[in-house]
Amino acid sequence: MNSPRTSVQPSDLSAVLSERPFTQGSLPRYAPGVTLAAAIVVGGVLHLSGVASGLAAVAVVVLYAVAIYGWSLAVEGARKAKNRVVTTVVTAAFLLALLPLISVVITVVGNGVGRLDVEFFTYSMHGVVGEGGGVYHAIMGTLLITALATVISVPVGMLCAIYLVEYAKGKLGRAITFFVDVMTGIPSIVAGLFAYALFALIFGPGVRMGVMGAVALSVLMIPIVVRSTEEMLRLVPAELREAAYALAVPKWRTIVKVVLPTAGAGIATGVTLAIARVVGETAPLLVTVGITTGVNMNPFDDRMATLPVFAYRQFMSPGLPPEPAIDRAWTAALLLVAVVMLLNLVARLISRLFAPKARA
Amino acid sequence: MAKRIDVADLNIYYGETLAVQDVSMSIEPRSVTALIGPSGCGKSTFLRSLNRMHELIPKARVAGKVMVDGQDLYAPDVDPVAVRSQIGMVFQRPNPFPTMSIYDNVAAGIKLNAKRMRTSELDEIVERSLRQANLWDEVKDRLDKPGTGLSGGQQQRLCIARAIAVRPDVLLMDEPCSALDPISTQKIEDLITELKADYTIVIVTHNMQQAARVSDTTAFFNLRGIGQPGQLVEIGDTATIFSAPANKATEDYISGRFG
Repeated sequence: MNSPRTSVQPSDLSAVLSERPFTQGSLPRYAPGVTLAAAIVVGGVLHLSGVASGLAAVAVVVLYAVAIYGWSLAVEGARKAKNRVVTTVVTAAFLLALLPLISVVITVVGNGVGRLDVEFFTYSMHGVVGEGGGVYHAIMGTLLITALATVISVPVGMLCAIYLVEYAKGKLGRAITFFVDVMTGIPSIVAGLFAYALFALIFGPGVRMGVMGAVALSVLMIPIVVRSTEEMLRLVPAELREAAYALAVPKWRTIVKVVLPTAGAGIATGVTLAIARVVGETAPLLVTVGITTGVNMNPFDDRMATLPVFAYRQFMSPGLPPEPAIDRAWTAALLLVAVVMLLNLVARLISRLFAPKARA
Repeated sequence: MAKRIDVADLNIYYGETLAVQDVSMSIEPRSVTALIGPSGCGKSTFLRSLNRMHELIPKARVAGKVMVDGQDLYAPDVDPVAVRSQIGMVFQRPNPFPTMSIYDNVAAGIKLNAKRMRTSELDEIVERSLRQANLWDEVKDRLDKPGTGLSGGQQQRLCIARAIAVRPDVLLMDEPCSALDPISTQKIEDLITELKADYTIVIVTHNMQQAARVSDTTAFFNLRGIGQPGQLVEIGDTATIFSAPANKATEDYISGRFG
């Protein structure tokens, strides 16, 4: 009744279909939890009988994966079983990646809260030997140098990005983009040495100035500002520019009054993140700005203290007894972590609050 | 104020490729001219060449003349920006400036060019433009709200108000209703009929019924063949074009045999 090509009879078909119904079994909701608990128990037993905790943790993950796969294969079928295993692997990888971050936060907070006192924020290290002292001079230094670096990087970076997006055609634009990409990879010590060499040419060797640190940091900041500003400018739809041109607005006015305000929130976010990137750089500041014990508010005159270099010095030359210096180093590190987190939060807030509303 | 446009032997090139070939037509002041034709036949390209907006595309150029009340737009020392101050444009998708309020959007043609004007004068211009665009009653209580908070049809009328606030001589409209619902479309078509009294309007539309409803003169564009440049096939009184066109291709397009 069928042509020789098809050999499936209707009765075959219904048999096949009934073996592959639409519905499938599924594991009870408590299944992953119970399996995990069992695996952890086994891991705990292994650890107590002498297995190292890392190996025991790996054993827990492997046991869980095998157990859930077997159980799911029996009840739910091969596809869902595979799904569960891959989910397990992905989750385990995520937790593994999260571990160093959590460890750092816990360590820094744990070791750093000790010196979070008023003295720490209001006193410098001037005349301090051993206990006491603070980072007032380092906070001022970091603020001043980072502010100067921002003042240098933001105009240069933004104007470069505006050129790349609005005016560049062909070779010059491509060359600039290439070199900006190269600059994003410059090691921070190289940026520091460049700034030092530049000022040493003018002022002679051994020169130290806050503004040198600012120049070094802006070498690191400029490519970030250029890239993120470029992204934000490209996100402004061409039809907005066309609308302005059709109103007889010249190109430069269109950029200043339409394109930049529209991309403004995004650009601000990019700048904030660039600041967060450089605020903790130690190597360039070490070679260009050095460290002091007292407050120096003049970036054009000799050394200044900054938080990262302060932490480094306190750790490397703690003196005797070393504990007060180590404590100060930890708290300075905690401050830096807090500042970076705060800047990231501010960046998100800016982006959320000030982005122009999407079209209706 | 409304001016006549005379196009003579206009050829539009993108680099070396000829996109639109040998267009000659006259557009009367205070009239609505509709440009119809299948996709890709050069209607929008031709429209944009009337206010030199096609120059925004790199390597776009033009050979021929576009005379607005006797002045050639493509004469060597003509400033494109000055051209656009007298020939305004409304685009297919409404594009109000998202960082500006409704008031600032309408006043954009004036404010962005930093023309000094007393606030009372500016208020008058904004109100007049919004009234002409039939949007005043709907927005007069929220002029300081962002321009993007309006519906699609309202945004398009806002863009029209923005375009007419600077009193251009000619208003070009590139498929202004294609992104809108039928009710907004009708409101804008009524608006075009009202604006005809003060402006010369050229409108590109894919919707033949719209062309029949709204325009006095209709121009039919078509491609000579695949990969060939677009051409003006026939231009004439709208009633004639839609009832007894002279050209077979026009008749085929109008009766829906292609397009």
